Formats: sequence, structure tokens, C-alpha cells
Amino acid sequence: MFVMGSIATIIWRDVRQSYASGGTWLPVIFYLSAATLFPFAVGPDRALLLQTGGGILWIAALLATLLPLDRLIQPDLENGVYDQMIVRGLSDEIIAAARMMSHWLAFGPPLLFAAFLASGLMGLEGAALGTLLASLAIATPALAGLAVMIAALTAGLKGAGALGGLLLVPLAIPLLIFGAGSLSTQGNSALLFLAAISLLLVAITPFAAGAALSAVRE
Amino acid sequence: MNDGQSTGSNDRLFAEAISCTRGGRTLFRDLTFKLAPGQAGLLTGPNGVGKSSLLRLLAGLLQPSAGSCTVPMAKALCDDRLALNEQLPFEQALRFWARLDGRVQADVAAAMARAGLAHLAEVPVRYFSTGQRQRARLARTYLTDARLWLLDEPANGLDTDSVAQLGTALQSHLDDGGIILAASHIPLPIPFDFTLKLEPLEDLEACL
Repeated sequence: MFVMGSIATIIWRDVRQSYASGGTWLPVIFYLSAATLFPFAVGPDRALLLQTGGGILWIAALLATLLPLDRLIQPDLENGVYDQMIVRGLSDEIIAAARMMSHWLAFGPPLLFAAFLASGLMGLEGAALGTLLASLAIATPALAGLAVMIAALTAGLKGAGALGGLLLVPLAIPLLIFGAGSLSTQGNSALLFLAAISLLLVAITPFAAGAALSAVRE
Repeated sequence: MNDGQSTGSNDRLFAEAISCTRGGRTLFRDLTFKLAPGQAGLLTGPNGVGKSSLLRLLAGLLQPSAGSCTVPMAKALCDDRLALNEQLPFEQALRFWARLDGRVQADVAAAMARAGLAHLAEVPVRYFSTGQRQRARLARTYLTDARLWLLDEPANGLDTDSVAQLGTALQSHLDDGGIILAASHIPLPIPFDFTLKLEPLEDLEACL
């Protein structure tokens, strides 16, 4: 009971802090500008945009995941917030899981909204738009988990942002393959694979992030 | 780590032959002490001798490299880090810990008053001065209902009046059956039951 109440308190604080600081809207604006650049670069050929647009929106989502990496764990770690939580009897894994949930709440829904807006630029509509939003909705919890895990692993290192990008991109490739793949294939087998990978990552990453948090304390 | 039978009671802090190694260097070795409710201990010694590490060890943030410590009570750690959201007004930042500790609004107000910061409740933490930051750390400690207070240089940056105020708060915690272990090079105005003087191990070994 104590733990559940604490998790809710921590998530509420993080989400409020994230929306209040404007950190939530930065990836969204980045996402929209990346999606806007693409039609300018390849030209307004409707068929080409329809064919490649979904994949581009997926890549933009991955890049938007990288943006907040250095602000996910580092500030609270430096300020002693996690130490104070440990002193109160919370475990590193619980802290990491709460951080993942709060990060998803501040990152997933705005990203879905931005994807919905950007899909208009690519001419995506109907079933294709539905599939794109479904694949992003399935994958964003896993992306949030990966982001928190890598933020915890690189916390305290110099150049953590660039290193974080290097670490995250290969780990996110399975998500990209099945997520972007779900747009080109008929049927929902790619979405099911995507969901399986997403579940796996959501299950593993709190433990990996927790181990990283406890290692950095030593 | 928890071997309650070695004390036979569950309201006292007990450290048995603990050693601490950090970065390949042994900071202290074979420390044994105990603290009962209402008792206060003072840690002294030169910089880098392991006072902060000992406090972090008792707080559960580090593991002893040898020995065992039994800390069967809730703890509060007041170290050099603020752990408050700098952007928020002080009272709101404090309220996060109040919620986590199951404290109510009246407790927040009382803790701020004890730390002499009631008049700064609406001021964002980032505008606090050095001394006010130290008092904010103390307010966060007063806010918990933890029995054991682990204080790392609690009087750092405080003026004379604030040190007296700190003494009052510490004394009332002891009177309520609390336990205090403080590392301080500034004399604190409470009676200490014992002083633990940590010595640099390398120097000792060089003499032998």
C-alpha cells in the first residue's frame, strides 16, 4: 500500500514537473518540424509521400525519444532525490518503474497527437493512419522504458546525450522494423510482433534501469 | 544486513565491526557502537575520513565491506544535497516529501516554522541563499517522522541564531525518544552521549 501510494505520488510530481517546465512540448515541436521537412525535401509527389510517409514518421518518433534523455534521470540523481527515496525504503526498480510511467505519460500522448497532425502532411488517412497511431501507441511505452534505462546507465557521464543516442538506436531497431513494417503489410501480424517486443522491453527495462541506479550510488 | 538478535531489542541502532571501502581504499575498519532512543552521537575527524560514508552506510545507501549494522527504524538523511524542486515555491517542493512520508499540511507548516523558513514558503527554492538552503534541508528532515536522524554537517552555513534554533529542534527530537548521529565540525548545542573520532587509516598504518 505504501509502495503504490508512493509510486502515484512520484508519478504525479514528475508529470506535473515535466508539463510545467515545457519539456513535454519540445519533442512534439521537433517531431512536427522533422515531419514538415520531409515533403519539402522529396517534393510533393503524393504517391511517394504515401509510400514512405509512415516510415518517416516512425523515424521521427525515434529521434524525438532521444531529445529528453539527459533530463530524465540526471537532475534528480544529482539533487539527491533518489537517495532520499531509497532512505525511505523504496527500491531502485520501483523508482525506475515510476520514472518510466511518468515519462510515458509526459511523452506518449503528446507524441501521438503530433503524429496525428503530421500524418496530414504525408497524406496518410483512413486505415493507414489508424495503423500508424496504433503502432506508435504500442511502441511508446517501450521507447519510454528504453529512454529511462539508457538515461540511468549514462547518468553522470560526460557527453551522456551523444552516448545515449548511440545506445538507444540499436536497441530500438526491432520496434522500428515491426512498427514501420505494420504500415506496409496487410493484416496485423506486425502489430502483434510489435506488441510482444514492447511488452518484453517494458518488463525488462525497470530492472536494468534499477541496477544502473544502484551501481551509480557505489 | 539485518540481524536483530544481536541486540535483542528493535529500537536501537547497532553497528558491529563495520568497515567501509570506497574506490579501493579502506576508510574505516571495525567500528562498533550503539545508540538507544534519546541518545545522540557525534562524528568527528578530518576531511575524507569517511564520516559521510558512515552516515550513508547507516542510511542504507552503501553496503559495509565487512561487519553488519542493524537499523530497525525509519531514517532521515540530511546531507549536502537539497532534493527539492528548485523551480517550485518552497512549501510546494516540501509537500512532495510530505506526501511520500504520509504527513499532512500542518506538519509542513510546523517543519518550516522550526527551520525558521515560514516566511519563505512562497519563494521558489532557486532564490534561497546558502544558509537558507541548509535550513531547507533541515526542514525536510524535521518533516519526516523518522526516529533516526543522520545529519551531515547540519550547521554548515548557519548563523548563530540558526544554530541555536537547530539545537532546540535536535533537543526536542531527543526528548521524543529520537536518535541522532551527526557529523559536524561546528559545535552543536546539544549534549552528546558519545563522540566517535575517525582517524585516517593510512597515517595509522604508516606509524606501525
